[in-house]
Amino acid sequence: MSLLNTMPEFMVTTKVDEMLNWTRKSSVWYMLFGLACCAIELMQTGGPRADLDRFGAVPRASPRQSDLMIVAGTLTLKMALRTKMLYDQMPDPKYVISMGSCSNCGGLFQLAYSVCDGVDKVIPVDVYVPGCPPRPEALTEGLLKLQEKMMQERWLVRRESEPTTERA
Amino acid sequence: MSLDGFTVDVVRERGLATEEMTLNMGPQHPSTHGVLRFVVKADGEVMREAIPDVGYLHRSIEKIAEKVGYHGFMPYTDRVDYVAAMPCNQGWAMVCERLAGIEVPRRGEYCRVIATEFNRISSHLLSVGSMAMDIGAYTPFTHALREREHINNLLEELCGARLTYNYMKIGGVTWDLPPGFAAKAIGFLDRFEPLIDEYDALISYNKIYVERLANVAVISAEDAIAYNLTGPNLRGSGVDFDLRRDLPYSIYPELEFDIPVGRGEVGTVGDCFDRYIVRMREMRQSCRMLRQCFERIPDGPVVAKVPRKFKPAVGEVYVRVESARGDMGWYCVSDGTEYPYRVKIRTGSFTAISVVDRVSRGLMIADLVAVVASLDLVAPEIDR
Amino acid sequence: MDNAAIHARLQARFGEVIGALEPGGEAAIRVRPSAMSAVGEFLRSDPELAFDCLSNQSGVDYPKRGEIEVVYHVFSYRHRHACVLKAAVPRDEPTMPTMAAIWPTAIWQEREIFDLLGVVFDGHPDLRRLLLPEDWVGHPLRKDFVEPEEYHGISTKRASMF
Repeated sequence: MSLLNTMPEFMVTTKVDEMLNWTRKSSVWYMLFGLACCAIELMQTGGPRADLDRFGAVPRASPRQSDLMIVAGTLTLKMALRTKMLYDQMPDPKYVISMGSCSNCGGLFQLAYSVCDGVDKVIPVDVYVPGCPPRPEALTEGLLKLQEKMMQERWLVRRESEPTTERA
Repeated sequence: MSLDGFTVDVVRERGLATEEMTLNMGPQHPSTHGVLRFVVKADGEVMREAIPDVGYLHRSIEKIAEKVGYHGFMPYTDRVDYVAAMPCNQGWAMVCERLAGIEVPRRGEYCRVIATEFNRISSHLLSVGSMAMDIGAYTPFTHALREREHINNLLEELCGARLTYNYMKIGGVTWDLPPGFAAKAIGFLDRFEPLIDEYDALISYNKIYVERLANVAVISAEDAIAYNLTGPNLRGSGVDFDLRRDLPYSIYPELEFDIPVGRGEVGTVGDCFDRYIVRMREMRQSCRMLRQCFERIPDGPVVAKVPRKFKPAVGEVYVRVESARGDMGWYCVSDGTEYPYRVKIRTGSFTAISVVDRVSRGLMIADLVAVVASLDLVAPEIDR
Repeated sequence: MDNAAIHARLQARFGEVIGALEPGGEAAIRVRPSAMSAVGEFLRSDPELAFDCLSNQSGVDYPKRGEIEVVYHVFSYRHRHACVLKAAVPRDEPTMPTMAAIWPTAIWQEREIFDLLGVVFDGHPDLRRLLLPEDWVGHPLRKDFVEPEEYHGISTKRASMF
């Protein structure tokens, strides 16, 4: 938030967009979408040491109550159809973090016949976190990058040709 | 064969017509331990059938073995059961060693057992913690994650990774124990063993926990053997069998440990509580084994000489290792080239999920969660 | 009991449907597929053998021999002995009797073999695909399996950076 120091102490000035984005990024509720090994590291990231809750990110079981989908693990072709269904159930504005090599690009399972090589074949992705599995610190950095991305969105002034979020 | 569940009498009012509902649980569900799906046919709250639908994590690991070769398959074995990855590594390494007649140096075997037993504690912590969370107690899960972080630190110092270790290789292990490791490990064990008593006091004999688990989904010893349940599931039903003592491999014959077996102390032998308490007691036995390993570990090399292009003799082998979820059977057919002809992995969770349908008739939907958690299913073992 | 003794006992009971014992430590006993049901029942109920547990059941594809082999690893908790049995079915008509009534763990093992290799088990209570989606075409663990180009609109190829 930008502060102009010419005002008295009980008043703060900022742009409306920045304030809206600051409140939104501080309360990103993620859906528990742990598929494979990365799910264990997702749990550890939500655990006591690398705590995601201090960023306001709490896990929700239902897609209808979450803003963020952290795709943690390998996406098989059988699961890919259900992933699309779950993504469609999330309300806008929604974000996707692809956690781990398997959901980035298929990972070490690119040789497999039943694996979808990357979750971005099915849903649009905002942040890719590499690793196999990524450390809790890496996933936290991914969340912080997503927060940076959220800070840049513009809500009030919209031009006809410009979409509100970076993905249409 | 009789499988007595926790039966409930449903009293119907005269003239009130009811129907069965078909509900879908999963594949994305907070309590299903990975991507599992159950199609539940329920009469109100009581289940008539709970049919598992699996395959959402089928990553064709067995077919990949035929493409990447013996050395290259080791990282894939971690992903077969990522919660307890070290025993899977050991199983594959033993398959290759038996096919080619390689002997692992004694220090290498001790390093393997140290890594496996730490992983067993870590896997049981996750299993017990998530079982408590599924029953409704959220705090033990954070305690379990806290202890897992300490074990992850130790194993990260040992091999560089926190979850999918790829620590063992054909002929031994990749790295020796780093200097100061034994002292840190014993320090962890000194701090952890009293905490097991603390967790026992917190949840094990808690009235709500006991009511949720006692007499639920009783599996008799005959059924456990007929359905090929393994590990803590089998021992929870009263069968006194553990591969480490009865069909020993590696240096387990030199260690002293007890095998906890379910006794039906709060309910019937073979109920969910027995399977849970066997895991808690196994953690204590693993601590005991680890202390003995650190005292007795000899000096020497940790890996035998193995050629880069590993071409074992033509033949086949079936190896069983005691993983955290029971015995894993590794069947490998070799045709003399550097790529295995066929690898088949028979895991403890695959056989355990086949008994869920039988056992859950007549239980309530909330008990299905307790059954799945007590059998300690993980999706990658089922689907591979 | 060791392998040779188990083989002798089976041969005494069943005669020529049991093949000769292959040499080697982990030798397998070959059984004619149509007789597998009776052999399995005898293995489990005979008090000297008492193989109460089917530890593993796998299928292996041998296109050069034109057959698919179903391999059974059985184990006895009572006597603590183990045995390996093999039954080979022709590749173009792979049917054989089910073990589901003898060892209930075979229900899921046979479903997996049906799914990945295409072997049909007569008398199985619920033979349908287990690991792959229901509308999948083909049996992947066969050596001549070709990966499909796409599945429900999702392409199975990924452009590589290299």
